[in-house]
Amino acid sequence: MPILIAPDARILVQGMTGRAGSFYTRLAMDYGTGETGGYVAGVTPGKGGGTHLGLPVFDTVAGAQAETAPTASIIMAPAPVAAAAMLEAIEAAIPTVVCVTERVPVLDMVRVRDALRGSETALVGPNSQGILVPGARKIGVMSTADAAPGGIGIAARSASLTSEVVARLSAAGLGQSTTVGIGGDPIHGIGFARCLALFRDDPDTKAVILIGELGGVQEEEAADFLAAEPYGKPVVALLVGRHAPQDRRMGHAGTVSVLGSGSIAQKIALLESTGVRIALTPDHVVRVLAA
Amino acid sequence: MYLHEAHAKDLLTRHGIPVPGGHIARSPPQAADHARTLGGAVAVKALIHAGGRGLAGGVRMARTPDEARDHAAAMLGTDLVTAQTRSRGETIHEVYIERALDFTRSLYLSVIIDQRRAVPTLLAAAEGGTALEENAAAAPAMIQKYPLAADGSHNPAALAAFLDMLGVPDRNAGAVLGVVESLVRAFIDSDATLIEVNPLALMEDGTATAIDAKIILDGNALFRHPDLAALGDTARADASETLAQANEINFVRMDGEIGLVVNGAGLGLATHDMVIEAGGRPANFMDIRTMASAKQIATGIGLLLDEPGVRVLLVNVHGGGMTTCDRISDALALAMEGRDRPVPVIFRVAGQNAAEARAAAEALPVPCTIPADMTEAVRLAVAEAGDGP
Repeated sequence: MPILIAPDARILVQGMTGRAGSFYTRLAMDYGTGETGGYVAGVTPGKGGGTHLGLPVFDTVAGAQAETAPTASIIMAPAPVAAAAMLEAIEAAIPTVVCVTERVPVLDMVRVRDALRGSETALVGPNSQGILVPGARKIGVMSTADAAPGGIGIAARSASLTSEVVARLSAAGLGQSTTVGIGGDPIHGIGFARCLALFRDDPDTKAVILIGELGGVQEEEAADFLAAEPYGKPVVALLVGRHAPQDRRMGHAGTVSVLGSGSIAQKIALLESTGVRIALTPDHVVRVLAA
Repeated sequence: MYLHEAHAKDLLTRHGIPVPGGHIARSPPQAADHARTLGGAVAVKALIHAGGRGLAGGVRMARTPDEARDHAAAMLGTDLVTAQTRSRGETIHEVYIERALDFTRSLYLSVIIDQRRAVPTLLAAAEGGTALEENAAAAPAMIQKYPLAADGSHNPAALAAFLDMLGVPDRNAGAVLGVVESLVRAFIDSDATLIEVNPLALMEDGTATAIDAKIILDGNALFRHPDLAALGDTARADASETLAQANEINFVRMDGEIGLVVNGAGLGLATHDMVIEAGGRPANFMDIRTMASAKQIATGIGLLLDEPGVRVLLVNVHGGGMTTCDRISDALALAMEGRDRPVPVIFRVAGQNAAEARAAAEALPVPCTIPADMTEAVRLAVAEAGDGP
């Protein structure tokens, strides 16, 4: 079983009719199993009633929900309206919502996270490549050329490194159960800890790879989760940004450390202390996993 | 977007937070004039887009207009390097001449997003000052936190108790509470990611004044704030970095010999780590965004070819979505048109259209090597770059 989406998930696209939305929806429809790859409808305010890429288009998520019963939604709306699209999907209680939009304002995400309190929706993103269930469902914009079904679960802050790791795993005969891009923004939906919990409970996932980087609190939250009880499956973390240029570092380490975000060296030490094996480059991941 | 101190204080003033009062000077005589107008002692402060100025000689006290003029003459046009600037520092084009106040007690206050809780949070410390960042890194417990609601709302009685715990004197309690509430309002209303007042002077007369202020605005929310966007930080931005941004490329110029052509922030960071750990020096950080066209990518590569110090290009791209590998080889060919200096290329690509791209790269008018993997690519690039300058 994959995590977050079922192999027969019914998928809605919010923001399907734009250039990027059309491009990526077509690729994802071609990738998934079944005639439309699991895609059932699109939502673009003001364009309801028509069809696009052979799918019905609705003005609202509620309208699409009433007629097509989606179990997941992918948001490709522009940044200024992405939060409104997320809030609409959360309001409609869509179980899994993926937002790939980049450059969403931080305070918009604070409001979205507020709306998620007490909600059943699992939000993935924004600034995420999405979720891939190799050979079954693509709810995202990632490269699929090298993905293969199998037993490795991946949760990542970086789309490009996920593609690299997937290619190396598949070449070594190690397929993937689900890959999840949790997104690269400071405030986002589910994180490493939730992905670890879902992968632990998924019998088909035999090992987990986390792809992290400097900044933020994801690695710290993963370490907290793993320290709480034995995990029972191997976990490997690829952590990058050990020599990041100054502009990519937080300029006020003192205050940020108060809020629980450590340096990359601290993140590595913390994860290692919970039994996670560290890979320092994409070329090392398979070897570290096999060790 | 980092607001320099004068702009930050304008924003605080608009939200009713008391500041000492000052003027921007672009020449030593202008600095003397402003000091004369303000009367009494003044601070001469470098207007750069980074903190850490106090410990780096970027804030100097002047008792007379002549002293203000001399300090300005010594500072203007020089590069100030602080713990928070990049290594070559930032050129001082303007200084802020500000009335100097006498105070004995102060606070550190800031509003920032707590990523774990996903809410804005007030941070405070009982003694503000220039060494706070360094002290806090060593002893984080000296900074107290007070979480706010998502919209910045809070319980005034609980907030007052929090400030009381910090040891704010009774005479200043009302003024400090007012400043905190205004800071939170300014944070929310201007889409800031950080507002910091350090120090907030607790005056004998019961008032509280923001002696220094640092504001970072969310660059992704500037579409909502055209007035703030217009303040820009163009003085700070490197011309090549600005050009790259306009071409869908995140670019940071550095001073090494290995020009990096990479897509994705994560792969960019990974490549950077590998080059440095193999003993090489990157000329740049590059993250080609998904929407970049071949022509835009060529502009980014051109920035590297323009640098005489760049001895080799290291391409490390994973093709997928809109960024296919052959788009990178097309961009390389475009960028090399009409250039005489042959910069060799180490061309490592994977993913969509990788084979086509490799064939195209081998036809480039420069030496091109196709490595087996990323590790070999980095090793070859470091060897090609030689032993540094």
